[in-house]
Amino acid sequence: MKRQLPIAITFICAFILTVQYFVPHRSFEMMYEVSNVWLQIIGFFATLLGILSLVLNHWEKVKYKQENWIYSIVALAGLAGMTLVGLIGSQDNPVFEWLYNFILSPIQATMFSLLAFFIASAAYRAFRARTTIATILLLAAIVVMLGRVPIGAYISGGLFPWLADILLNYPNVAAKRAIIMGVGLGAAATSLKVMLGIERSYMGSD
Amino acid sequence: MGTSVVHLARLRLFLFIILFSSIIGQAAFGAENDWLITKPPLINKLYDTPNDHGKSIKIEWLSAEYDSAFIPEGYIIQRADSPQGPFDSIGFVPIVNNLYTDYEDVINKKDYYYRVAVTGTDITSPVEGPVQASGQWFHTGKTTTFVFSVVFCAMAIAILIFARRGVQFYIRPIGGINAIDDAIGRATEMGKPILFVPGLGTASDVATIAAFTIMERVAKKTAEYQSRVIVPCYYPETMIVAQEVVKSAFMDAGRPDMFNSKNIFYVTTDQFPYTAAVNGIMLRDKPATNFFLGKFYAESLVLAETGFEAGAIQIAGTDEPIQIPFFVAACDYTLIGEELYAASAYLSRDPMRLGTLKAQDWGKAILVVILVLGIVTASVFGSDFFIRMLDVNVN
Repeated sequence: MKRQLPIAITFICAFILTVQYFVPHRSFEMMYEVSNVWLQIIGFFATLLGILSLVLNHWEKVKYKQENWIYSIVALAGLAGMTLVGLIGSQDNPVFEWLYNFILSPIQATMFSLLAFFIASAAYRAFRARTTIATILLLAAIVVMLGRVPIGAYISGGLFPWLADILLNYPNVAAKRAIIMGVGLGAAATSLKVMLGIERSYMGSD
Repeated sequence: MGTSVVHLARLRLFLFIILFSSIIGQAAFGAENDWLITKPPLINKLYDTPNDHGKSIKIEWLSAEYDSAFIPEGYIIQRADSPQGPFDSIGFVPIVNNLYTDYEDVINKKDYYYRVAVTGTDITSPVEGPVQASGQWFHTGKTTTFVFSVVFCAMAIAILIFARRGVQFYIRPIGGINAIDDAIGRATEMGKPILFVPGLGTASDVATIAAFTIMERVAKKTAEYQSRVIVPCYYPETMIVAQEVVKSAFMDAGRPDMFNSKNIFYVTTDQFPYTAAVNGIMLRDKPATNFFLGKFYAESLVLAETGFEAGAIQIAGTDEPIQIPFFVAACDYTLIGEELYAASAYLSRDPMRLGTLKAQDWGKAILVVILVLGIVTASVFGSDFFIRMLDVNVN
């Protein structure tokens, strides 16, 4: 019963939502809206558990002065500070806005900007011409890179941009579409496995 | 010279006054412009919006014709419950358009009458109606999806029946999945933890569900080898499911005492703070093996490169085509697209799971045949039959 009931609930919910996708009638739309509300309610309780997990983890580190416990103080102070400022004022609270715009946003932008350096280091490793395939990859990368900057068009008389467009629009799109089709069918097969109770890992062990 | 400049300025002032009075006149005395409309608008299509829940009506009309001296701003759509009125203005459409969708408190199965008025005049189209809004029981734009879904499900169920009867299916070796056990063994030998990142997807995303199946295997092996697995989660819901998966795996391995729920924790639901936190774990705890399985976006390379710098063996898998090259460049093994979904069947060798994998292969074969037929018929015979067959309109 412990296994059958969740599988039955999963099957019924999945079946109704699958039918809903093909039926635009108001009654089915309302069913979808209700299921979204249920999801939000579950999400709310899950968020409480998430925050509890976060606080307990960091609190333990601070309490027992574990390695790097000082970072946990920053995390807890950040959580408490932003929550308090957000609760005291409305969304237009200037302190909240200031904290968001001048602390959180720059931190996020800094993390994102690291991507440029990581791309350079990953590209250096990926483009080393050790095998035939790696050499082809290197050549394709050179063509695409030169095709995307003005100097590429200048030195080749427009050849590099033309070649880059061909590489991007044909072999690249073909490979991408093949992956997307595989992913679509894979997602459908996985959904079917979940619906029929063949795939049960998400509920714990078999 | 000076006199001609003065004359020109006077002429401009005069023209400006004429233009200004004409605009004011149009606004104040609409009826006076009626003679400038040479042909009123005419509603030629009035119908219930197809494939909706029955709360809208579409109106199409032939544009009004007017004298070039007067260009109206647009049309005002008017609606009434009877042909005699009274008509209420429900919307405005610029003069270049001739289609309007009425969402204004439309009641199902109720008669409505419409007319289109030209702004700045008293000219209206003849009244059209009655028309009723109603909800449809099938979205005709999704017929292709429906047919293909039914065919796919029927095929999968047929193959599952064969699988139950003991038919053996071949599945090609997948390097990334084969390497999982070795990677866990390496971490155990080095006495270092294993990091499992289930991505940025929600617990209901198919990629995350596929990641859970691999997580179960990893956790079980980890428990057998008495190692430690760290799972930082992006969503609280993912954390709850991951805790359950890992706990069950530890129980199956006969080591429930080793399970520590604090190793599966919530970080934040914010992309780059989450990335920073996971990078911090990689650099401080130095896990010997990193698994990046699930949905990943711009953070994929930042995570994988940090893991590489930390010296971990890395296995990644995602169904996001744009992120796959980044993982290929920075990780030791990558599960490309559908290989992530195939992992559970591959690891368990369960005939039922392998059966759905076979159905997937047959689905791909059917698609390839349709695509080849489509290319041949469109290129050689100029027929767009297969193009129309695959057309899906979700709106």
